[in-house]
Amino acid sequence: MAAPKEVLVDPIFNNNPIALQVLGICSALAVTVSMSTTLVMCAAVIFVTTMSNVAVSTVRNRVPSNIRIIVQMTIIASLVIVVDEVLKAVAYDISKSLSVFVGLIITNCIVMGRAEAFAMQNGPFLSALDGFGNALGYSVILIGVALIREPLGSGTLMGYELLPRVADGGWYQANGMMLLAPSAFFIIGLFIWAIRSWKTAQVEESEYEIAPNIQYREVM
Amino acid sequence: MAEFNKDGLRNVFLVAIGVCLVCSIVVSTAAVVLKPQQLVNQELDRKKNILRAAGVLPARADTDAQGRGVDELFADFAGYAVDLDSGEILDDVDAAALDPIKAAKKPELSRALSKSEDVAVIGRRENVSQVYIRRDAAGGVDKLVIPVRGYGLWGTLFGYLAVEGDLSTVAGLGFYSHKETPGLGGEVDNPAWRAQWPGVSLFNDQGQPAVRLVKTRSAPGSAAARYEVDALAGATLTSRGVTNLVKFWTSDLGFGVFFEELKAAP
Repeated sequence: MAAPKEVLVDPIFNNNPIALQVLGICSALAVTVSMSTTLVMCAAVIFVTTMSNVAVSTVRNRVPSNIRIIVQMTIIASLVIVVDEVLKAVAYDISKSLSVFVGLIITNCIVMGRAEAFAMQNGPFLSALDGFGNALGYSVILIGVALIREPLGSGTLMGYELLPRVADGGWYQANGMMLLAPSAFFIIGLFIWAIRSWKTAQVEESEYEIAPNIQYREVM
Repeated sequence: MAEFNKDGLRNVFLVAIGVCLVCSIVVSTAAVVLKPQQLVNQELDRKKNILRAAGVLPARADTDAQGRGVDELFADFAGYAVDLDSGEILDDVDAAALDPIKAAKKPELSRALSKSEDVAVIGRRENVSQVYIRRDAAGGVDKLVIPVRGYGLWGTLFGYLAVEGDLSTVAGLGFYSHKETPGLGGEVDNPAWRAQWPGVSLFNDQGQPAVRLVKTRSAPGSAAARYEVDALAGATLTSRGVTNLVKFWTSDLGFGVFFEELKAAP
């Protein structure tokens, strides 16, 4: 049985859902253009992952194994709709800029993955910690990406001007690529590189080795 | 009672029904409880968009320079339902309850546009739309705001065009929803670009819509310069879309007839 502290802290760097498991990339690309939407998205994912883990873990002994995925999906989808409705009521502008991506938390592999891999086997308390920790790991990467994308792409952070743009009469020539989704790919790739250079245990073994070229004479 | 069988048919149905019931109660409670607040937000958002297009409210703040809030500023504007074909204001229709974009999808409330008419690529045009008018102390028109929409590069741009009391000078143009490329066509939201719109003339001497987004501006002071706005760099199709949608909604198929009526009887 894992210790509660490990369950909570491990997913942040040692077993990060984005950097090691490479899950949940889609929303990491989409919402990291600005810091404020990123923070709201992270809060939403933290809420959904924690609550769905708790709910799935509570009913885990009752759910028949042949409909367990459907039950998990139903629980996750309901939580996501609740989050979406709450956002529309309290943070309308941000919910507008997050548009479909709040709804797409349903398909975020991290949420589903933790429900299936952890919550189905563990009690509600540990599951809550696991969900919270994994969502936190997701958030750390997202916030890191947004911290690079927003200042370089629009010269602002949380909407406050950091680098005055040429378009607004300043000196900074905004990097348009940072506003587009591919830049998040590059940044996440660099993060994975950095984390794996730091924690070399995460480096995966090659699945195959390239065979040396065979000389014609040897074949004969 | 029989032995509990987790994978038995009975339990499958019980769990399925139980989960569905609990989840539907949670979801519908959230939807019902939060609905009023969401409607307030939507309405506030629409008012903000109208005020921003009219240049009354700054782009990134919720109060103007004098500290007046959205509701206070919007109280000066009165909404009217307008029949686009006759240009008449319909007094018996509640303007606030109108949804022109929804109406444009219904055959009985809209008309199909032929290919040559449909410069803004919107497919159908509603019969009745809404306008917002701020009147000056004498009762004349001070500002008029009309809803506009048209196709850009990736999707339809939705916005408001504000016109000064002379009904030919632009007071502002703002889009509240579009899918243009961030940094290129998405610069339709750039306050610096939007600042060019106030003062542009909508109609030429023949009364035809004349606004154009151009790559090279005519010499300042020349006749053509009055109708020109800088095109967006790297966004030819978005710029063309904006030209077309302004042209369409100020033409006789759009609000052109209403402009004439309003000029004759303000």
